Amino acid sequence: MNFWTDPIKVIYDWLMITLTGWGMSGWLADVLINLLGIIVLITAAMVLDILLVWVERKVVARFQDRLGPNRVGPFGLFQPFPDIIKLIIKEDITPAGADKVVFNLAPILSLASVIFLWAVIPLAANVYGVDLNVALLYLVAAGAIGTLSIIMAGWASNNKYALLGAYRMVAVMISYEIPMIVALLIPTLLAGTMSMKGITLAQQDGLWFVVLSPLGMLLFLVAAIAELGRAPFDLSEGESEIVSGFHIEYSGMKFGLFYAGELLHAFTFGAFVGILFFGGWNWPLPWGDKYPLIGIFNVLAKGMFFYWVIMWVKYTVPRLRIDHMLAFNWKFLTPLAFALLIVTAVVHAIFKDLPLWAYGLAMFLSNILLGWAVLEILRSNARQERAAEETPAPAAQH
Amino acid sequence: MQNPWVYLGLFLLVGIIIPIVPIAFSALIAPRKPNPIKQSTYECGIETVGESWVQFKAQYYVFALVFLIFDVETVFLFPWALALNAQNPAVLPAFIAIEGVIFILILVAGLVYTWRKGLLEWA
Repeated sequence: MNFWTDPIKVIYDWLMITLTGWGMSGWLADVLINLLGIIVLITAAMVLDILLVWVERKVVARFQDRLGPNRVGPFGLFQPFPDIIKLIIKEDITPAGADKVVFNLAPILSLASVIFLWAVIPLAANVYGVDLNVALLYLVAAGAIGTLSIIMAGWASNNKYALLGAYRMVAVMISYEIPMIVALLIPTLLAGTMSMKGITLAQQDGLWFVVLSPLGMLLFLVAAIAELGRAPFDLSEGESEIVSGFHIEYSGMKFGLFYAGELLHAFTFGAFVGILFFGGWNWPLPWGDKYPLIGIFNVLAKGMFFYWVIMWVKYTVPRLRIDHMLAFNWKFLTPLAFALLIVTAVVHAIFKDLPLWAYGLAMFLSNILLGWAVLEILRSNARQERAAEETPAPAAQH
Repeated sequence: MQNPWVYLGLFLLVGIIIPIVPIAFSALIAPRKPNPIKQSTYECGIETVGESWVQFKAQYYVFALVFLIFDVETVFLFPWALALNAQNPAVLPAFIAIEGVIFILILVAGLVYTWRKGLLEWA
């Protein structure tokens, strides 16, 4: 064991010896070292967040055939720093009728709910905050705090637009939580554990879950985009009706926290797709699990890739109407999620003791078959609807 | 740290404090010159009419209720997903799977009922 295979343990031991050498009691030193680790982890996430602002602006510029920030620093890399300075020195306006406590608490909770998620992300085989045995439930719970912060912001702003935006957003977020929970059940079912580290280890020994359940991966990605409130699911916004929705009354750093929270949330869910379905710290080459630097690189690279996919969707697909969106969830995604869960459970129970290739093939084919059947049902439904619209041809036309 | 929940408690504490830092810093150095126009409710420049906390569509309430039912029931599925992979199960795994499938079908029956009642329509 050396620094390159288990850096956290090496640093921990060194700090422990140093602190107890100064005469500090063992448990206090333990708490202090863990506190330091937490602060380093969260700070790393916030630095990543600053980088994400640049990535987001650069990528949207490329999608829209522009250059994006390119003046401050190399490739405009330092652009976020002037942005932050501007946000900090801006006057913070609180509307007259606002509920001040809730109004100030909402942006804090919005960013905090995302930071909470970083406690359970396994960055490498032995670099992680905490290996909870109920990590997936914790993920859902922390997501609920994000929903809460939105309704708090909308309610406390004392603004009709903010309130309407918050209601729409929350209706979408809670609706899409159902397919997301079911999509989270699939890795649980395949790995036999709810711990993120356990799920990654199960993929290290067997196949990546994207092979076993490609449909589950797509389901999770769609539900995650809706949970994030990014286009085409960013209903809380609407330039021509409710302007920017629930954070319409926020200015300065409070708006900045909502923005930072949204970007980090998108990246975090990208990393979750990578961890739950694409093998986390593993890659096709060896050493992904042995050297934490490679593991961290893999997790962040997968996170960045899916962050890019989420952006790709955001800047390609137009915004949907709320009734379409809720219908899409309750009449399509939720039944599909339950059908997928049933198929996965039955196939898994029957084939799990067979050799890996047979098990993998059965899972993959059952997913493809289900996907094809669903598309076929949709197609025949659409055909019927089109026929129903065409048959009562306007007889009054001459 | 031995107990993961103590670690998580510390993490949540730090996670709440870190977003407060930029807001507090901004409150220290940002100018503060409020006036009634600036603090008025933003409605694209039009004067606000009546209460800001308006009535909202009752349909949201229905969706919240349906969500609540599903959310509570899906939590029961997590232990089932774990039991399916138990090392030495008392019964055949296929039996456990079928039991779960029956539970899911009851859930789906609830969804079909709501659907047929027309509660999922945005009237």
